[in-house]
Amino acid sequence: MSISAADAIRLDATWSDPPGWRGWLCAVNHKTIAIRFIIASMAFFVAGGVLALLMRLQLAQADNRLLSAQLYNQLFTMHGTSMMFLFAVPVMQAVAVYLVPLMIGARSVAFPRMNAYAFWVFVFGGVMLYVAFLAGQGPDVGWFAYVPLSGLHHSPEKGVDFWAQMITFTELSGLMEAIVIITTILRMRAPGMSLSRMPLYVWGMLVTSIMVLFALPAVMLASTALITDRLVNTRFYTPAHGGDVLLWQHLFWFFGHPEVYLIFIPPLGFISSIIATFARRPVFGYPAMVLSLVATGFLAFGLWVHHMFATNLPELGKAFFTAASLLIALPTAVQIFCWIATLWRGRLNFRTPLLFVLAFFAILVLGGLTGLMLASVPLDLQLHDTYFVVAHLHYVLLGGAVFPLFGAFYYWFPKFTGRMLGERIGRWQFWLFFIGFNVSFFPMHVLGLHGMPRRVYSYPATMGWGELNLAATVGAFMIGASVLLFLINVVRSWRGGAAAGENPWAAGTLEWRTSSPPPPANFHLPPVVHSRFPAWGEQEMPAHVSGLSVTQREVLITSGPDARPDHRLRMPEPTPWPFLCALATSALFIGSIYTPWAVVWGALPVAIAATLWFWPRRARSELPRRLEARP
Amino acid sequence: MNSAPQHDQYALDVSGLPAHAFGPSSPMWWGTIGMIVVEGVLFALTIMSYFYLRSQSPEWPMRAPPPDLLWGTLNAGLMLVSGVPNALTKRWAEHFDHRRVRLGLWLCTVFGLLLIAVRVGEFATLNVRWDDSAYGSVVWMLLGLHTSHLITDTYNTGVLAVLFSGAPLENKRYVDVSENAGYWYFVLVSWLAVYVVIFWGARL
Repeated sequence: MSISAADAIRLDATWSDPPGWRGWLCAVNHKTIAIRFIIASMAFFVAGGVLALLMRLQLAQADNRLLSAQLYNQLFTMHGTSMMFLFAVPVMQAVAVYLVPLMIGARSVAFPRMNAYAFWVFVFGGVMLYVAFLAGQGPDVGWFAYVPLSGLHHSPEKGVDFWAQMITFTELSGLMEAIVIITTILRMRAPGMSLSRMPLYVWGMLVTSIMVLFALPAVMLASTALITDRLVNTRFYTPAHGGDVLLWQHLFWFFGHPEVYLIFIPPLGFISSIIATFARRPVFGYPAMVLSLVATGFLAFGLWVHHMFATNLPELGKAFFTAASLLIALPTAVQIFCWIATLWRGRLNFRTPLLFVLAFFAILVLGGLTGLMLASVPLDLQLHDTYFVVAHLHYVLLGGAVFPLFGAFYYWFPKFTGRMLGERIGRWQFWLFFIGFNVSFFPMHVLGLHGMPRRVYSYPATMGWGELNLAATVGAFMIGASVLLFLINVVRSWRGGAAAGENPWAAGTLEWRTSSPPPPANFHLPPVVHSRFPAWGEQEMPAHVSGLSVTQREVLITSGPDARPDHRLRMPEPTPWPFLCALATSALFIGSIYTPWAVVWGALPVAIAATLWFWPRRARSELPRRLEARP
Repeated sequence: MNSAPQHDQYALDVSGLPAHAFGPSSPMWWGTIGMIVVEGVLFALTIMSYFYLRSQSPEWPMRAPPPDLLWGTLNAGLMLVSGVPNALTKRWAEHFDHRRVRLGLWLCTVFGLLLIAVRVGEFATLNVRWDDSAYGSVVWMLLGLHTSHLITDTYNTGVLAVLFSGAPLENKRYVDVSENAGYWYFVLVSWLAVYVVIFWGARL
């Protein structure tokens, strides 16, 4: 029941990315791409956080003149855009690209080159936006870029065009990652990992990725129509020519509300993983948990109009969306009760990952309750565009996503690197984050109820908002200090943290049944699965798959809900073409900000790069052709 | 090359399995379905935008005669006919018939080029410019969206045709041909929807 040392070395060599600078450009191993992806999206998180600190400095006292109104507008636009488009959705996909293959016992993601391409496109899109911002061409119309404000008449600068093309970059990347993740989950699960044995996290990623396919096209269409309105005088949003400004809001929120759940569902999976491990028992109510995830996925598409209660829509329609907004609390509540039941009967192990999860309960419930308040039309009309909404959305998004994400980093960092994150510094980070978060955002509820509007760069002293704003600023800097501690912890632990070993938390899922960090092929012996928690309990036979090549990147494709072995498939080798193709795509997108003809001329390099990417190398084609059998 | 001895009681031996599969067993099939869902949602939302704008407007089409029926209908007819070589190519690919697959791919490429030529005529007889009105914008958007599918899939088919005109290939390239043909059905069906909206939505 082992692999020979010679075969292990050959297998590692087969699945390794090339060394040196070639590895930088040619890597396709899902773990390499995922780590880069996580680092890139965390960099945008830190950048967005620094912008938030600047805003908080400006608002710390009344009548402050630290920032100009114009710059302030750019800051909140860049902050929201960074957090929503460049951090929250991508980081969840990035973590999934690392974890999903390991959790389902696969050697790779499906379409590893497309995975690499999606990463590069994402990075180029984010860098383009920040370069534009630093060059004084930042967008200043909010992360939602409502027309007519974002139209050419009111925003003649190029900032909005960069924003709209950033959408094209990031959504293209997000859609491709979703296809990669769905196909990986449906076709590459280890034999025996039936759908009913899939870890809840993998279920969460499956639901999320399917939602991505339906949600992201809406914002791509909206932003494409915006950019053509601005560049070639189409009239989608111009009422004088029969256009309609609410069309933008419908399309944007048809994406924008499901997006909240794209950010929120993967962390539900983190929580299920962490709770099972730290309560040392399976999560209570597996079928109810899975059905809740699926129900959330459906209901998320019936909520978007609650962002538009202040517009002139039929009252009956609003009543429907109020009902739907209340309804979606139910599947979330079911999951929370299942977790509480799990924790209640578990033997708890209070380590940093669990602390972040417990904080999630407190903060998400608070954010959820203010969400129920805002779902009611009359209350929403009072609170619309006030700091109450800012408080609500940060409670939901940080509580629902960022707290569990930090928990997940503490939990899986040992798997990523082979080293434990420091526990003592982790506790400091947690408490700074938890206290800082509440000091920063709780006062905003009160400020909102007092009528402080969002997106104002200053306020007069006579309003009496100064003290609560100062508290919010102090809290924001505590959050900043907490994130700084996290970064220090990561750097120190990566260099010299305690060795983690294969399964430091005594967890039950498959990613803990391989070394930390995993070998290039993930598992020297691909596992066969007999239960929901293969690392807990007796090992049943057969224990592993044999008969896959060690000199070719060969994977086992399984089919049906029961993951029966179906065929062997050879995965592609490392190559620079995804990188080059992403460069060509970026040239096309950025060029089209300046001239519509870039779409025509820019398509040529993209077509050439995509063709060479696909083109088989003869030596590579002939070898397996001699080996392969026809059915 | 196997990673375990032949008679390992602990192991599930998969060395006898084939090295490719057609249809839902294949990851390529799921990748193609994923693309079709994305593009399908894009078409559906554009069509919804068309009817949304129409619901907000007292007249439709806005200050323009409806598009001429000739070229669009010709395109719909040609498109339906193109389903035949497409279906044949798909079937031949699944039988690994190299010679016929090559023939089918070239035939499909020629059809794609013909359709693109007809498309030029359609744009010329829409009777509205994209910057005339929101109606013009959404019609150009719909037709442009479909044209981009037409061009990319014709190009893909052409690349495969060139590839199959060379040396024999790995079997998984036949899966590529089969999936490419599957995608063409989407281009075909989405055209029928777009055709009805653009040419009849302006008349009814």
